[in-house]
Amino acid sequence: MATYNINVNGQSKEVNVESDTPLLWVLRDSLGMVGTKYGCGISQCGACTVHIDGKAARSCSTPISSLDGKKITTIEGLSADGSHPVQQAWIEHDVPQCGYCQAGQIMSAAALIDSNKNPSDGDIAEAMNGNICRCGTYTRIKAAVKTAAKNA
Amino acid sequence: MTNNIIQSNRRSFLKASAAAGGGMVLGFQLVSCKTEPKRPSFVQPMLEEPKEWSNLNGFISIGENGVVTIMSPNPEIGQNVKTSMPMIVAEELDVSWDNVIVEQAGLDTDKYQRQIAGGSQSIRFGWDGLRKAGATARHMLVAAAAGQLDVPASELTTSEGVIYHKASDRSLGYGDVATAAATMEVPEEVELKEIKDYKIIGTDTRNVDGFDIATGKPLFGLDVQRPGMLIAMIEHAPAFGMKIKSIDDSQAKSMPGIKDVFTINVEPDGFEKQWSDVNAHPGLVAVVGESTWQVMKAKKALKIEWEQDTSAESSSDHEASLAGLVAKSAEAARKDGNVDNAFANAVKIVEKTYNAPFLAHNTMEPMNFFAHVTKDKAELEGPVQTAQFLRPTVSAVCGIPEENITIMMTRMGGGFGRRLYGHYGTEAAVISQKVGAPIKLVYSREDDMTQGTYRPAYKVTYKAGLDADGNMIAFHVRGAGTHGSPVFADRYPAGTVDNYLAENHTLESNISTGAWRAPRSNFIATAEQSFLDEVAEAAGKDPIDFRLELFDRADKNPVGEKNDYDAKRYAGVLKLVKEKSNWGSTEEGVYRGVSAYYCHNSYVAQVLDVTIEDGAPKVKRVCCAVDCGIVVNPEGAINQIEGGIVDGIGHAMYSALSFDKGKPKQNNFNNYRLIRHSEAPESIDVHFVDNGERPTGLGEPSLPPIGAALANALYKATGTRLYTQPFNEQEALLG
Ligand code: FES
Ligand code: FES
Repeated sequence: MATYNINVNGQSKEVNVESDTPLLWVLRDSLGMVGTKYGCGISQCGACTVHIDGKAARSCSTPISSLDGKKITTIEGLSADGSHPVQQAWIEHDVPQCGYCQAGQIMSAAALIDSNKNPSDGDIAEAMNGNICRCGTYTRIKAAVKTAAKNA
Repeated sequence: MTNNIIQSNRRSFLKASAAAGGGMVLGFQLVSCKTEPKRPSFVQPMLEEPKEWSNLNGFISIGENGVVTIMSPNPEIGQNVKTSMPMIVAEELDVSWDNVIVEQAGLDTDKYQRQIAGGSQSIRFGWDGLRKAGATARHMLVAAAAGQLDVPASELTTSEGVIYHKASDRSLGYGDVATAAATMEVPEEVELKEIKDYKIIGTDTRNVDGFDIATGKPLFGLDVQRPGMLIAMIEHAPAFGMKIKSIDDSQAKSMPGIKDVFTINVEPDGFEKQWSDVNAHPGLVAVVGESTWQVMKAKKALKIEWEQDTSAESSSDHEASLAGLVAKSAEAARKDGNVDNAFANAVKIVEKTYNAPFLAHNTMEPMNFFAHVTKDKAELEGPVQTAQFLRPTVSAVCGIPEENITIMMTRMGGGFGRRLYGHYGTEAAVISQKVGAPIKLVYSREDDMTQGTYRPAYKVTYKAGLDADGNMIAFHVRGAGTHGSPVFADRYPAGTVDNYLAENHTLESNISTGAWRAPRSNFIATAEQSFLDEVAEAAGKDPIDFRLELFDRADKNPVGEKNDYDAKRYAGVLKLVKEKSNWGSTEEGVYRGVSAYYCHNSYVAQVLDVTIEDGAPKVKRVCCAVDCGIVVNPEGAINQIEGGIVDGIGHAMYSALSFDKGKPKQNNFNNYRLIRHSEAPESIDVHFVDNGERPTGLGEPSLPPIGAALANALYKATGTRLYTQPFNEQEALLG
């Protein structure tokens, strides 16, 4: 066990965990921030997506020891009040079914429109292909990403 | 919809209001949940929290300021009943939806009927009770207002939570009379609205949890956190048919954060199984510790010796056994006319066999459950589709009286049938009881995928005989599956053909199987509708016209008495999809397939357009026609239909679970393929038949037919028929 300081949603947090502990479980178990979801643990489903220094990253495969000096943003910190254009577009398009994959989908989409203001269908598919939705909300996600990009 | 008067089940209402304290309830227990703003300004206006709530029945409480809480009785697995069921209550209550807060009810078999998510039946079975709950409360509010205004109730009208006395130009809000209304007699009979007067039913209404989902609020079972809660995980046998021989847990126990390691058995001697207790691995090793990661690591350090208990089955064994079964006759499940004679007279015979593998459910949220079991009480919370069946099982296994067991249902990260079987809830209770602490049981994805209540592996053979005019004069179906045969003997095409024979075989297996989104239909529709496409081709007929001829026959002059579908409604969706897809038009490089199916009381027809890009199929468009009667929430309904289509394409195309000596060969998403963004249809358009029939379910019906629409389109594209799922492993598509 060791003590780590990480920057989550603009706040410095101190946690005491083993060095190989994935960020996902630090967020969920140590910090009680459960918006970031567990789906596979091996970078295959995208449910655990967060931003590390503004880029989409799989928190299930990111050990705490690699986060020194990095800025982490989770779904809870994407906006203070749910007003991020991606969140608004998700609500407007009524994207979720079960909703479980959607935090990860939103984080991937937010990173995409941050770097690409006018994503094509191909850009969206490429950026979002790591995020599985068993409920099959992909067509709605595509529409919501386009709306979000327009409003960003 | 001629009779709008429904007898009130007076007893259940009296019971409900007595349970809630006989009327007005101060400090209703849900108030605490409502302090947080739930709806930001861009969604809906924020509601002010009332000082007191009046409880009108098990579904409705009204604040003095007119804010209404409606309880959603059934578990939410993504089928959107947490929005659509309260909409039905709100409609008859006659309130503005903007003034409604929805809360998830816990398990309460006194107040609510059938708190189950399964078989796409929540809306269908809830329809009368939900309307009645709303109308009864409205009646009581009007009666209270009549007293207050000193006018006959018959002179009062309501609209959006306000009661009007037009003659004297006076009005009262529901909040003004809620306290008095709660003490009113519960009416025996209530009048229900006419469809034409609906203001909420039939309007696009957003998911009530949409904001909470988009902002990452804790909603799911896996999100449950309690003071002092420990994390538990299980280790089950690596293969079906094995059991624990010995265990060395010394290393695991010494690891940081680990509290205990022990074995459990959730099916002790004398345990009587209910239907929901499907579980191939009742004997487990449990690891309990402080955090998920620590427990995951300790699990890997366990040294367990497993031994063979029952057979070690491989997929090749299943294939050979199923092939053996469909090659031999079985007792007839239905027989019309004489198929042998008819086939002897047929000018053309088409005979084909279709196959599908086991499938895992793969809900995105793996199995989990919270349990806190003390000496004589148990508190459970988690994702389960059948809480009312979990309770007696926990009671029997833990020795705690049912009345001392509470179960809260969380929002579920998918169900698809997997959470009908709540053994993981029992496991959580047993583990909590053993460690004497609140625990949350968490399955890893690997734990989840390698034990299951899988969709069975299926094989079915169809044989059709045509006369010289291309009329189908004989039809024979023989199916076999690992538990349950993929045949519904009384469904289409039964009733459309004079000579018909259906036969069922079941293959016993120790691999546990169960309901998987649209059980049996999920395979039958793909096989049957692919086959009929081939038969239509052999008959030289357009596939839609060929099917419509059969429905015409079944409508005008049905064969047999017990045909489990309405031929007119079936034909109706086909005609609608024919029109909306502009069937018959052609486009260079675009190939079309059609399919139609009836299940869970709803009718669905689809036309799918596919192109081949860089050697790989790309679904361009799916046009879908649906008859599910009254559509309660069109936006939510369309979302369900789109989801079923994407899910159905994905599983027919890519997914399979296979076994090597009882061991699942796939255990995570690196080797079990689910459909991804780039593989989803570019667009889906949905069209409803508007007929005012009672509403039926939508969680499942759009999935079954799409596999055949895809196979039929791919045949046009490649010239090769697809008989075995997943399609992408078939030669025609390997390029
Ligand atoms: S949980 Fe991290 S990608 Fe699946
Ligand atoms: S909404 Fe259920 S997994 Fe995506």
